[in-house]
Amino acid sequence: MNAAEINALIRPGQVHRDVYISQDIYRLEMRHLFANTWVFVGHDSQTPNKGDYITTQIGDQPVIMVRHSDNQIYVLYNRCPHKGTKIAIDRQGNTGKFFRCPYHAWSFKTDGCLLAIPLRKGYEGTGLSETENGKGMKPVGAVHNHRGFVFARLAEDGISFDDFFGDSLSSIDNMVDRSPEGRLEVSGPPLRYMHQCNWKMLVENQTDTCHPMVAHESSAGTAVKIFKEMGEPQPRPAAMQIIAPFMSPYEFFEDMGIRTWPNGHGHTGVNMSIHSNYDAIPGYFEAMSEAYGEERAKAILDENRHNTVYFPNIMVKAPMAQLRNFIPLAADKTLVESYVYHPVGAPKQLTEMSAMYNRMINAPTSIVGHDDLEMYERAQEGLHADGMDWVDVSRLHTGPEDFDIEMVENGTTERQMRNQFHAWAKFMTASMEDASGVAAQ
Amino acid sequence: MNALTKDTITRDDVIDFIYNEVRMLDEGRYDDWLELWLPDAIYWMPLDYKQQDPVGATSLLYEDNFMLRLRVERLNGERTFSQKPKSRCNHVIQRPFIDHFDPANGTFQTVTNMHYVETRLDEQQLLALTVTHDLSLVDGMIRIAGKKVELLNCDAAFGNIQLLP
Repeated sequence: MNAAEINALIRPGQVHRDVYISQDIYRLEMRHLFANTWVFVGHDSQTPNKGDYITTQIGDQPVIMVRHSDNQIYVLYNRCPHKGTKIAIDRQGNTGKFFRCPYHAWSFKTDGCLLAIPLRKGYEGTGLSETENGKGMKPVGAVHNHRGFVFARLAEDGISFDDFFGDSLSSIDNMVDRSPEGRLEVSGPPLRYMHQCNWKMLVENQTDTCHPMVAHESSAGTAVKIFKEMGEPQPRPAAMQIIAPFMSPYEFFEDMGIRTWPNGHGHTGVNMSIHSNYDAIPGYFEAMSEAYGEERAKAILDENRHNTVYFPNIMVKAPMAQLRNFIPLAADKTLVESYVYHPVGAPKQLTEMSAMYNRMINAPTSIVGHDDLEMYERAQEGLHADGMDWVDVSRLHTGPEDFDIEMVENGTTERQMRNQFHAWAKFMTASMEDASGVAAQ
Repeated sequence: MNALTKDTITRDDVIDFIYNEVRMLDEGRYDDWLELWLPDAIYWMPLDYKQQDPVGATSLLYEDNFMLRLRVERLNGERTFSQKPKSRCNHVIQRPFIDHFDPANGTFQTVTNMHYVETRLDEQQLLALTVTHDLSLVDGMIRIAGKKVELLNCDAAFGNIQLLP
């Protein structure tokens, strides 16, 4: 497919169903979209010591994130330059000063540079050292660590980190600022939840504010019902704080507001959110005031953004210190990894609340998760119906929209979904030949 | 069933309790099942292999009485679309080890290996479980004071697990 054909899949208020169900388009997404954008890799607290590494994926590309002897984080393709063997397959570990391929013992420094090959004289005069393979494990195009959050761009050239994210980084900043020491630490392994649906359905759902009171009536509505039957005991059961706000009326979500930023980023909960009415955690505000002063502490904690989408495929929830990574495995298969972070210096009770949120909402054993996955998988199957080619994303779309400017709108708009598809087309085609065969900008 | 006392309770009574509990789950008799639980009991399913801290890091389940009741009620809800059609489950269990047997204080602990099958529509999954029960003798009945369900592949990526293994 060329750029014109990709662009034809996106209309102002509609997208073609092929963007969800076509495996050919999935492959193009992996080659172009996930190469041209800045994709989340991991948090640097997952690799606190030199030689610590994790294995993960950027799109469909296996990578290793590792802390080198200079204390910097490197992201390398997880492939021996010799025969292709994955260098590491455990999810995390410490490799010491170098990686060693288990097949033929080629070894590499933790920045990827070739260290040694056994019986090296066998390569004299072969030209190996002149090839890419002779240099070592290949690093990705670019890496940026923003306050602990490590992102990578696979492509050698392309948009800079700052230009790509712009002011959207304010959500990550707020999440980190919620630590009195200004840093987060990962808290345990992520939930891993397999979805038989396209990754974009999950990303769109993060700012879909017209589904909670419908799809989650079975869980949130039942919680509210049981609570009433119990005579509304105080303090509220923990589940009531977390699950019940999903049943808030449409007006509540309208008033929450949605903000969009250029390049597909955006968030719900501009004015307030379902996270605004949690019980205070003893000692937390005091610790924050001690660190930042009362006024600044209040400003940080009053910012209760709901879900922030960092295009293409993560969501950050600052008040609950969590991040969800929607890893695309196929057109109809997505692995969702949901992490919780501990704001260093905050009471442990805050992290316990985040962990509770994570297991109640994001787990394969979560009733809220069951509600959502049922909808995604039904959509994935339903979109194969040939009677209709287009999916609607036109809610509160009344005229031409400029996605290159920041906007705040009614909290039930689907502008953020349209913003994502605008960015989708932009970064899909950035490295494609256009319809006439000329490389596009 | 006759009331149990600290003088009459036997190891077989404890073992029978475990078999009866999984039978209730397999037959979908959730109201009976909820009656087995003491009010402060917790159902814990760790996420991490050999996880020590159930609440400081994410668990798969850490359900108090309210959450267990919510789950059971939701299964029959009019608008519980992920249970239309309903899931079914089946346990095959090994004879429980009785690791703690203290009739005088009315406290018991069992460890039971189980193969758990859950199915819905065309999907079926098999999970290997090690289940630890903390049990108490209260008013002539054995009750659940705590249940820990460890999945052999707890760190694997799962689709929906909708019932309560």
